Amino acid sequence: MSQVFLGMPAAGEGNLFADESFPKAAHHELQNTQLRANLRHATHSIRDKRLRVVGELPDWESLRNAGEAIKNQAMARLDERLEEFEKNFTARGGIIHWARDAAEANQIVTDLIKQTGSTEVVKVKSMATQEIGLNEHLETQGIAAFETDLAELIVQLDHDKPSHILVPAIHKNRTEVRDIFLREMPDVDPNLTNEPAKLAEASRKHLRKKFLSTKVAISGANFALADTGTLGVVESEGNGRMCLTLPETLITVMGIEKVLPSWQDIEVFMQLLPRSSTGERMNPYTSLWTGVTENDGPQNVHLVLMDNGRTRALSDRFGRSALNCIRCSACMNVCPVYERTGGHAYGSTYPGPIGAILSPLLTGIEAEENNSLPYASSLCGACFDACPVKINIPEILVHLRGEDVDSQRGKKLLPTQMDLLMKGGSWALGKGRNLDLMEKGLPLGKLAAGRDKKIKRLPGIAAGWTASRDIPAPPSKSFRDWWKSEKEGK
Amino acid sequence: MRIALFATCIVDAMYPETAKSTVKILERLGHEVIFPAGQACCGQMHMNSGYMPEALPVVENHVQAFERADYDVAVAPSGSCVSSLKHQHGMLAERLGKPDLKSRAAEVAGRTYELSQLLTDVLGITNAAEQLGSYFPHSVTYHPSCHGMRLLKLGDRQLDLLKSVGGITVQELPEADQCCGFGGTFSIKNSDVSSAMLQDKARNIASTGASLCVGGDVSCLMHIGGGLSRNGQKPGTMHLANILASTKEEMVAL
Repeated sequence: MSQVFLGMPAAGEGNLFADESFPKAAHHELQNTQLRANLRHATHSIRDKRLRVVGELPDWESLRNAGEAIKNQAMARLDERLEEFEKNFTARGGIIHWARDAAEANQIVTDLIKQTGSTEVVKVKSMATQEIGLNEHLETQGIAAFETDLAELIVQLDHDKPSHILVPAIHKNRTEVRDIFLREMPDVDPNLTNEPAKLAEASRKHLRKKFLSTKVAISGANFALADTGTLGVVESEGNGRMCLTLPETLITVMGIEKVLPSWQDIEVFMQLLPRSSTGERMNPYTSLWTGVTENDGPQNVHLVLMDNGRTRALSDRFGRSALNCIRCSACMNVCPVYERTGGHAYGSTYPGPIGAILSPLLTGIEAEENNSLPYASSLCGACFDACPVKINIPEILVHLRGEDVDSQRGKKLLPTQMDLLMKGGSWALGKGRNLDLMEKGLPLGKLAAGRDKKIKRLPGIAAGWTASRDIPAPPSKSFRDWWKSEKEGK
Repeated sequence: MRIALFATCIVDAMYPETAKSTVKILERLGHEVIFPAGQACCGQMHMNSGYMPEALPVVENHVQAFERADYDVAVAPSGSCVSSLKHQHGMLAERLGKPDLKSRAAEVAGRTYELSQLLTDVLGITNAAEQLGSYFPHSVTYHPSCHGMRLLKLGDRQLDLLKSVGGITVQELPEADQCCGFGGTFSIKNSDVSSAMLQDKARNIASTGASLCVGGDVSCLMHIGGGLSRNGQKPGTMHLANILASTKEEMVAL
């Protein structure tokens, strides 16, 4: 540990864990050719859209710099911003609840719903409530939660879990969606086709009754503005607007890192977010609310401010900028690893490049299989280039790999092959003359090669390489050797 | 100009022709090339695998070897290794609490260039056929390696040099900006995903009909070439330096 703490901040809980190591999970997902075709189609079309609308803004790089600076400023004085927000939100009639972790947040929300006497709630798409497993918790308490975002609805009806933070059903194509609706929607038209407009209409009919009858809504928030005490939700379908305005009680669950210093800051984020997420210049619906407005909209307005590992992530000076994430999903849309494995391989609610750093930062690198996540990247850097707030994801991945290796030191009875390779490599590559000595053995490598001068099979950890790739036979002389004889006459 | 060559460990050990070609090109332009003898490796493999204390002697060795030597600028035929100097050495020094190493590493990195960067930005090469005598009468395609493209922001420097070689035909590579899946130990730790990425890259390369895939990093080229070879697909791989060094009189074979 590079810093001294009075106590390590608590680790995050809930749906933040890889169920099995990433390579194993990826191995299963890679076999699913339908999934790969769906993902390839979806990620490539979002990529192209994003590039088109980003290219329209001559000041895109300045906007990214501004987004990064505002987030850094907000994080540097997060404690003060949160108290300022609390003061302003409360002054306008809202009620704040503080939750240390997933369990506390779930308990608070459950109690608030029970106080209303309702046993049903409608939900706006929210990552925070996915993170804490709120729907599953409410079910155990006899409360039914209805997702109203189309893709969340698809996933919920299919008893599946989201595989993308913006397009939760990205792993499904429209024929699969039609089949889910036919199977799970009680009064659906049995002649439903797979046309997007028909599918949207079916879900609209299904949801309309819920909007009009349900008294409690649950949402997340894209941002909280400290100087006015305002919350905001950015969405495409209008289901969010219905949830935020029709019910009597509105309960929002939000991570503490979402607070921005001032109202003016949304100018920057409303340019960055829609372009980076859906590839649109402007999203169709942006809802902002500040406490309670008498006789207009929900009259009981709550906000659960949740830590769940965020203070822990904030204490990591090399990793803390991961908290600047605005959940746009641009990084997963451009990631070549995500494109091939899909989101479920990451286990956590947060998949893709941002998930590979955020999940272990929230839970600690040693939690379950989360130490395999930082290795789920070729470090190609496409995520860093796409990130609207310039989170240097590859650098944080490398940092967390270091944390992982350090956390294992002294715990293993025997060194792994990788440990030995790295120890040996440290010696061999730590001095020119050591490397020279190793290179003198290069001709030996020729023995491993076949008549075609290719090495086809290696043992141990290198076997994965030679499963699909040849290695050329090494040359008889290193460059260093050639230089000595040719240029220095030695 | 006196130019120090950082061969990089993989070129030194596995692809000596690429380093020899780099020397040839620079000498052809009338520059003096030196090879700081203590050099070995940039340490990227260790850092990218999370072995930070093990990377320290490797990074210290590089900095020491290149601060001792007397030269104007240094060059490496690799976008990835130069990126490591520029982006990782400082990070490692900071992490391990070595402020002195951080500033020394920054000084060395500050005058180290990737080959196409040196040729284009410092030495003013805009036409390889005219200024270097480069000649290579074959059909090739080009893969821009990720670290050169995204960390060094090389843009079209490598591709422009390649296109200006005499006799060459350059076929456009579909989805060129997609990673080949190498990623150092990623290709070992996550070999299934890496292979899936490689297969798409190999398919795209084969679809161009080119005889060769050219790039600026032998590590990626070894990965791509290894996949093409295993699949029995025709194109081979070659570093840009080898092609720039090829002339009518001394033609490099396919």
